[in-house]
Amino acid sequence: MIEINALYKSFGHLLAVNNLEFKVDKGEVLGLLGPNGAGKSTTMRMITGLINPDSGSIFVNGLDMRNSPREIKSIIGYVPENAPSYGEMSVREFLHFCAEVRGMGITKAKNEIAEKIEKIAESCSLQLVLDQIIETLSKGYRRRVSLAQALIHDPPILILDEPTDGLDPNQKHEIRTLIKKIASDKCIIISTHILEEVEAVCSRVIIISLGKLLFNGTPTEFRNKSATGRMDDVFRAITTEEVVEGVNLL
Amino acid sequence: MKIILNNPTKAIFKRELKNYFHTPIGYVFLIIFLFAQGYITFEPGKGSFFLLRQADLRPFFFTIPWMFILFVPAISMRLWAEERRSGTIELLLTLPVSVIDAVLGKFLAAWIFLIISLLLTFPMIITVFYLGSPDLVVIILGYIGASLVAGVMLSIGCFFSSLSKNQVISFIFTSVFSYFMLMAGSPPVLEFLSSFLPTFFVELIENLSIMNHYESMQLGVLRLSDLLFFVFMILGWLLATFLMLQEKKTE
Repeated sequence: MIEINALYKSFGHLLAVNNLEFKVDKGEVLGLLGPNGAGKSTTMRMITGLINPDSGSIFVNGLDMRNSPREIKSIIGYVPENAPSYGEMSVREFLHFCAEVRGMGITKAKNEIAEKIEKIAESCSLQLVLDQIIETLSKGYRRRVSLAQALIHDPPILILDEPTDGLDPNQKHEIRTLIKKIASDKCIIISTHILEEVEAVCSRVIIISLGKLLFNGTPTEFRNKSATGRMDDVFRAITTEEVVEGVNLL
Repeated sequence: MKIILNNPTKAIFKRELKNYFHTPIGYVFLIIFLFAQGYITFEPGKGSFFLLRQADLRPFFFTIPWMFILFVPAISMRLWAEERRSGTIELLLTLPVSVIDAVLGKFLAAWIFLIISLLLTFPMIITVFYLGSPDLVVIILGYIGASLVAGVMLSIGCFFSSLSKNQVISFIFTSVFSYFMLMAGSPPVLEFLSSFLPTFFVELIENLSIMNHYESMQLGVLRLSDLLFFVFMILGWLLATFLMLQEKKTE
């Protein structure tokens, strides 16, 4: 569903994304790993149409990003880094706004959006806070609000930039359960620093460092690179090119 | 309006306009603006309403651009800077929204809010009609002119707000730039400029002055050239905002 070819992006002298190529199909959950500043967020921002690549192509669902950005954006749900939302609005108003921008509730019945919000609130466990102002909510709730925003139009593609960052273990578990629940008929890309998360939810792993693709395989293949089964070691060996005890990259 | 605006623009417009009444911004603005504008108009000094002894709104329309220098940037400064600071710009521009939709929606909402605050000065109209029989056309044209001045300053503010995530910088730049745009046609400025600039350049600057185009409207004269000036100014600054955002959506 997502196909990226020879993607380059630089900011000034910094080459953020360097000849990146990968594909993600429906039903896959792709874990995008890499150290800070590896180009994960930049890659996601290009797939979501926020910024344009310097060169290379992005195809989503057969559509070319250069020709039909609006169509592509309408089939993607995106949770940006730190899950920003309009703090002065209530959860209900915020979700209503996102649904309205996405063109819902115009052609069909008026209460389409209201029904959708109730449904999404249930699956993201937001029923209790629907009429609270977002600013007053805890971090965990705000993450879920952002996730609800990304799911409100039931998109076939979901892009999550560190969705569990800064959450407590219970909240992380909830988000992961939610992702697993919806994963079967969607194409999902998740960026994360948490290696255990990769095993918990991802069906495939990509590692990038300094904008370059360094590994592309299943979580099991990733883990098996280490004799002791420590994913941290494999991650360090791949991204720093250091020799790490017990890890064989070949 | 319904025909021109597409759905995302409408949704953004609605959200932004509601926002003024959701947060204290709108109420604080309205109260202080209306109080200050009332005071300035009736203030006991040279050119004040009572000294002129005429039942018209000249002192009101004369002072309003100067009030705008302070008040319009207060509205415009947060438009894009706030989105940048809180990161919501990333959310907004990854919705199926083009940058043009967002620029238009935000600008129109802020402009309508400013026009609402202008219309809330209606007790002054009642006052002058109670005291005498002023020319209604002059008053209506005055309000249209004032709305257009607000629109130009707002579009300048949009641009400076899109430059950085710092609202203070945006406020100061908008204020200073609006001041220059107002004063560009005044004799001291023109005399100073003509001491070192060629004549055609001075004339060009004189024509860019907001005050010159607004003055004829204040007097009840509606000229196509003045209208076009305001329309092109607004569109020009909005285009600059669009280009700025297109160029650097995230920092």
